[in-house]
Amino acid sequence: MKIITLPKENFAEFVGHLCSFGEIHAPIKRGDRSFVFAPVKDASEIELDCVRTILPLKKYFFRPMEVMFNFCAGEGYEIPSEVTDKRIVVFGAHPCDIHGLNILDMVFNGRYVDTYYLARKSKAAIIGLDCIPDDLCFCRSTRTDFVDTGFDLFLSDIGDKYLVRVGTSLGDDMVRAAESLFYEVQKEDRDAYKRKSIERRESFKTEIQLQDLPGIMDLEYESQVWQDVGETCLSCGTCSMVCPTCYCYSVFDELDLDGSSGRRKRRWDCCLFKDYALVAGGHNFRAKRSSRVKNRYFHKQRGFVSLYGRPSCVGCGRCKAQCPSGIDIVDVITKLRSETRV
Amino acid sequence: MSDAHNYTSDENPYLPKPARIIRTLPQILDHQLFQIRFEKEEMINNFTYRPGQFVMLSVIGTGEAPFSISSSPTRPGIIELCVRRIGHVTNALFKLPPNAPVGIRGPYGNGFPLDKLEGNNLLLVAGGLGMAPLRSLLRYALDNRSKFKDVILMYGARNPDDMLFKYELLELIEQPDVKCLLTVDTDNSGMWKAHVGVVTTLFDHAEIDPNNTYAAICGPEIMFKYVLEELLKRNFSKNRILMSLERNMQCGVGKCGHCMVGYKYTCLDGPIFNYWDAINLPEMV
Ligand SMILES: Cc1cc2nc3c(=O)[nH]c(=O)nc-3n(C[C@H](O)[C@H](O)[C@H](O)COP(=O)(O)OP(=O)(O)OC[C@H]3O[C@@H](n4cnc5c(N)ncnc54)[C@H](O)[C@@H]3O)c2cc1C
Ligand code: SF4
Ligand code: SF4
Ligand code: FES
Repeated sequence: MKIITLPKENFAEFVGHLCSFGEIHAPIKRGDRSFVFAPVKDASEIELDCVRTILPLKKYFFRPMEVMFNFCAGEGYEIPSEVTDKRIVVFGAHPCDIHGLNILDMVFNGRYVDTYYLARKSKAAIIGLDCIPDDLCFCRSTRTDFVDTGFDLFLSDIGDKYLVRVGTSLGDDMVRAAESLFYEVQKEDRDAYKRKSIERRESFKTEIQLQDLPGIMDLEYESQVWQDVGETCLSCGTCSMVCPTCYCYSVFDELDLDGSSGRRKRRWDCCLFKDYALVAGGHNFRAKRSSRVKNRYFHKQRGFVSLYGRPSCVGCGRCKAQCPSGIDIVDVITKLRSETRV
Repeated sequence: MSDAHNYTSDENPYLPKPARIIRTLPQILDHQLFQIRFEKEEMINNFTYRPGQFVMLSVIGTGEAPFSISSSPTRPGIIELCVRRIGHVTNALFKLPPNAPVGIRGPYGNGFPLDKLEGNNLLLVAGGLGMAPLRSLLRYALDNRSKFKDVILMYGARNPDDMLFKYELLELIEQPDVKCLLTVDTDNSGMWKAHVGVVTTLFDHAEIDPNNTYAAICGPEIMFKYVLEELLKRNFSKNRILMSLERNMQCGVGKCGHCMVGYKYTCLDGPIFNYWDAINLPEMV
């Protein structure tokens, strides 16, 4: 991989150059302690120390709500003329954010290809940025604290410079557009990177053992823990909306007032909603909240492993940060692991 | 990330293909058989499927829902769907005028494992609407009769007026190359000539060799339970018992998440599961 450095004093100028690759989106402050990915005009608006944004990057590619087709009675469904032509540059994606996108890439690719997601994704450049974990981060446990694919450029803070890994040819284009701002890696940069890497590793406060979790989940399928979590969960769906790897959606037709034309849309859905597994005729495969909570954990930590070879949780801590009932995924898993039944 | 992937040539898998309802055949109360043909010649010619697969049917302006294909790929040109009127989409479907345009995409799901079934006896056990997917398999087997050993159908309905495909199935009773056992729970008409009693009572009327037979069961959960008992009592291996699962499906192509059971997407890995795989899925049976 091509690796170079960018002195911090050149950072603002580099961001200025990025405009020509698309509209720049980066974390900015929204409210006292919350951050969101939003368009920025220049580097000074970017919150470089943001740990996590409220919504993850999926919002750019898998829209909370989107038109799939237009329809007209008698004519059927038509793909909207363009999904989007707009190029964007996402700056400040953390390793877990990028892992989240890599997971969505797996889901939306495959035998059937979700053209909406991929069209948008193919028009975006991703520039990663290292971060310092807070109490809620457990990406070291989910092995998503480091990322080596899924970005065009990745910046790591090594003091007065950024170490820049160039992941793609597009990333290389972005570097070459501002070539004079970058430098070759020196010995002291390598040392600084390695030192920082250890520092970062040691700053994780939350650690859980996940590798053998699928087996434990099978074993504890009937655990009381699910009942307990089910009692506290409000089925509000927030945890899914903010999760970088929750991808469920529902589809509906929306008719215009003329009664003959309209749109087929899809919107984010959540397996914790009561009617999620409802089928026609009224049978609900997961009528109980405890079974829906269990299903969500099961899917992320167990089912996804069978389907795609890895768990889908990237340890970002958003679900815990936003849950109105304070349900903590790490806590739930810890209880599940340590529970001894009589 | 533009250089990492190249998707441009992929077609939109969610796009319903224009089709028309060319005929509707009323079956029983609130059930109709819809005969559907694609508008485009190339779709008519290229659309093929396996018994047990399903399509997503769009009623334009109302929505989309999954339906098993009831016709057999051995009779190409039209697709038949046997639909129960039960809610939003199906209500609108039943109200469509003759020759109405609809959207179809698919076929989806795995369908019955024909390569495994061939060379074996087939035991089809259906209850109620469960006949819809099994009728496809039945027709397929009868049109490829030499590929199968004995073909046995056991089908139960509440009463004679509740039996789907009644006249075509009654005709099969006379046919020598299939054993067609029909039963009703009760017969108030006094006109019913076939069996009376729950579907499991039909097992007394057929010889079944568990080692050379695949059983395909479709029907209400309660029927499923009793038929299963009967089959296990007769020493059927669990992987020779096939069943079709019904789940909420919003996409049919493994994206929307709704049909997920444990570690399987019903729409991709199913809807046909063998009993062994099914018991290993959480929330199942
Ligand atoms: C693989 C497969 C094969 C099938 N084959 C057949 C077949 O051959 N024949 C047949 O008749 N049926 C079949 N079905 C069932 C059929 O898909 C349903 O009957 C159909 O979806 C009903 O659609 P509806 O809009 O009329 O019903 P509705 O109940 O109005 O809605 C359908 C969906 O909307 C959701 N929904 C219902 N109520 C609500 C609510 N209050 N709020 C939010 N969402 C709600 C439910 O989750 C339900 O799945 C099959 C299903 C599957 C999965
Ligand atoms: S955010 Fe919390 S309360 Fe809301 S659905 Fe998720 S776990 Fe339940
Ligand atoms: S489950 Fe929670 S911690 Fe894991 S990726 Fe989703 S939001 Fe982040
Ligand atoms: S129906 Fe959408 S994932 Fe199976």
